[in-house]
Amino acid sequence: MTNSFGEYARAKLLFCIGTNMTEAHPVASYYAKQAVKKGATLIVVDPRRHALADYATIFAQIKVGSDVAFLNGLMRVLIEEELYDKKYVAECCENFDALKAKVLETPLEKAAQISGVGVEMLERIARTMAANRPGMAIYTLGITEHTCGKNNVMSVANLQMLLGNVGKECGGVNPMRGQNNVQGACDVGALPNVFPGYQPVAVPANREKFEKGWGVTGLPDKPGMMMPDMMDGLASKKIRAFYIYGENLANTEPNITHVEKSLAAAEFIVCQDIFQTETTKFAHVILPAAAWGEDEGTFSSSERRVSLVRKFKTPPGEARPSWWIFKELAKRFGQEWPSCSGKELWDNEVSVLAPAFGGIKYDRIQGDGLQWPCPNVEHPGTGFLHRDGKFTRGKGLFAALDWTPPAEVPDAEYPLVLSTGRRLYHYHTRTQTGRSGLNQMLPEEFADISPADAKEHGIADGEMIILKSRRGQVKIRAKVNERIPRGLVWTSFHFREGNANWLTNNAFDPETKTAEYKACAVKIEKVG
Amino acid sequence: MNIIVNGEDLEAREGQTILQVARENGVFIPALCFHEKVGVAGRCRACLVEVEGMKGLQTSCSVPVKNGMTVRTRTPVVLEAQKLVIDLLLSTGTHDCLSCEKNGGCELQNAAYYLGIERPSISLPALAPSLDGTSAFVSVDRNKCIQCGRCVRGCQNSVVNNVLDFGYRGQHTGIIFDDDAPMGTSTCVQCGECVQMCPVGALTEKKALGKARRWETRVVRTTCPYCGVGCQLDVHVKGEDVVRVTGTEDGSPNRGSLCVKGRFGYDFMYSEDRLTTPLIRENGELRKASWDEALDLVAAKFKKIIAESGPDAIGGVSCARSTNEDSYSMQKLFRAVLKTNNIDHCART
Ligand code: SF4
Ligand code: SF4
Repeated sequence: MTNSFGEYARAKLLFCIGTNMTEAHPVASYYAKQAVKKGATLIVVDPRRHALADYATIFAQIKVGSDVAFLNGLMRVLIEEELYDKKYVAECCENFDALKAKVLETPLEKAAQISGVGVEMLERIARTMAANRPGMAIYTLGITEHTCGKNNVMSVANLQMLLGNVGKECGGVNPMRGQNNVQGACDVGALPNVFPGYQPVAVPANREKFEKGWGVTGLPDKPGMMMPDMMDGLASKKIRAFYIYGENLANTEPNITHVEKSLAAAEFIVCQDIFQTETTKFAHVILPAAAWGEDEGTFSSSERRVSLVRKFKTPPGEARPSWWIFKELAKRFGQEWPSCSGKELWDNEVSVLAPAFGGIKYDRIQGDGLQWPCPNVEHPGTGFLHRDGKFTRGKGLFAALDWTPPAEVPDAEYPLVLSTGRRLYHYHTRTQTGRSGLNQMLPEEFADISPADAKEHGIADGEMIILKSRRGQVKIRAKVNERIPRGLVWTSFHFREGNANWLTNNAFDPETKTAEYKACAVKIEKVG
Repeated sequence: MNIIVNGEDLEAREGQTILQVARENGVFIPALCFHEKVGVAGRCRACLVEVEGMKGLQTSCSVPVKNGMTVRTRTPVVLEAQKLVIDLLLSTGTHDCLSCEKNGGCELQNAAYYLGIERPSISLPALAPSLDGTSAFVSVDRNKCIQCGRCVRGCQNSVVNNVLDFGYRGQHTGIIFDDDAPMGTSTCVQCGECVQMCPVGALTEKKALGKARRWETRVVRTTCPYCGVGCQLDVHVKGEDVVRVTGTEDGSPNRGSLCVKGRFGYDFMYSEDRLTTPLIRENGELRKASWDEALDLVAAKFKKIIAESGPDAIGGVSCARSTNEDSYSMQKLFRAVLKTNNIDHCART
């Protein structure tokens, strides 16, 4: 996020696209709703009329996977009616002409037809956003989990730059991260192309710095493989050993049949986890890790805030902190790592090697965490990025983008769109929530279908149905839900039984390798 | 600016109320319906004080400070008035402190203690029990409710879930969920904001029931393990066990609010299913192993593969739920030790 959660409550306008925050980021939704109570304008854009839409000033029920067309449509209105922030665009941005030419290529009627959002509605949203600046753009995986995910993200940024909303308090481009520490795992370099602090491995000076810091030579210069490629590498034997730490890939990755085939083909799998999962079935060695509350460390939240995680119990049996396990393995290759605690790892290594976190030290975050960039120990941290429209790269770069449809769209055989995600009462594959009493709130998964489709198929609310895609099928209870538009089916991946990932498409954004969890084609059949 | 409270000069800021300044400076005034997050209600009238130049007693929660203002919180008239309020609340409810979960953390109890009330002076016939245990995580005892309205304001203004309200009239006034549904079948999402707001034992955490007295627990501040909001939690621990979780009242970003997962989803660490030893698969079956055995095996296998196929024949995914320090260590293992950049995590979900 360029900005912070607290700003939601004070914002003038919130533009929420592809985020069901009431369920996936509940506390963020409290702030959004508080803003509405104080008179803020809330625009919700989503294929589902989810709970946040009940509070919206404007709700637009967009078609799954049409975001770029929709956003280009909004920008067309802003440019044609000269409602955009001309001064900001001239002074702080570049490549405007290319963007302008691109969005003017497509008539508004066409954008309306693709997105399912009418011309008048497009105009109304654009005008409302222009009249209420700055506004915050907020999104989640509804934007990213598409084969055009990267383009979706850049389109949201285009829109916010056009409105002059980036680099301002209560403005910005705000992707809320799914898991507690996805942000942090990226920050500290669990990515194939960068060292901690987003320092590219391909840059010789960075390798030199880390070689010195780690006391090693010959750090690899070629960016590594992303997860989906590694999985494919298992089947092709390009990857012979696979180390899976805390991920239940057999349930969370798209197209479970394909995933399990890859895992089964692996020569050697190490799983490090707190429980046995569907994935550890494929492991040759399982290492027991300490869980949350059993070790000290830090998480980085979506708002770039590094906060302390404290220990209050000892791990069971032989379970050990994960850093200890990695350190022990390094020892077996002749490397003695110096740090022996979360504090030492952060204070003496991470914050020393990554300039953006240089000023974040454990003794400074005993209370509230600090938001990076925080380059030195006097620095108060950064609530919002790109202050005064000064971008990290100099000027904000507009990207001229074409809309592309999802990799798989409905046809005569599979006439419905399946979109997937999380529900309020569970987290991912329930390894944690399923053992914490939350099954009481949601004991089994269901598939949301529209009243129109239910009627057409003769399906009653609560009836078991078969949901089928080209990759698999599941038996699941139907929930007839008027928040779902005709042609859409929605479900989660919390339960092994009825897991949406038996159906989802293992098609990926070509650059980010994000899977298209939000769109594939399915059909409904009655049981029996 | 300064105000004078009980003869002492206290520093105050524009916009503060008398109660806020008093609290900041450790001067106790009984006050039940005011809470920083949901603001002034002026309902309970327990926080009465004398203000020089103002007629009658004033509710300190609602009077803004003025420079030089002189306030008295412990005159006989003030204490008598406060006592009357607290005594009436104690008399009209079932405040059986011996067994109450809130014992030791109850604001009504604290007020009674401060005012030296040993037992309620009015004795009324015992109330019929009025318990609602229908929801998954919250237990409701309406006989302990003092109608301060903090839960209602929390549900409506803070988490904006709009489930709680006041229903009925006069002496029957009480909190209701939706149109007076049982909590368990109402639209309540069990965020627990109302529990955290409740100054007494009317709304309590079911999971904490009978686990510990308040003074037996220590509070450990930490960060929620679920979503990317990064809420700050206070974990109340007895020995090695979590008794309850509350939101850190002045913590960023959540200011004390949580969702159902952060507040109630904390048992998984204690599950019988936890992995407690390294395991090695032999002839298709997993068997227990020592750390040395398991780690030696992993190292030997990796070395062999690196020798035969190069370091890029190994791949790893880190965990987006574990700490920065753990993910940092894993990428360091891959880069500095194994010499491959084949390290990733589910960065995109
Ligand atoms: S638990 Fe949350 S939603 Fe339910 S009544 Fe209390 S505050 Fe409202
Ligand atoms: S309490 Fe809820 S909203 Fe807050 S971090 Fe945890 S899961 Fe997210």
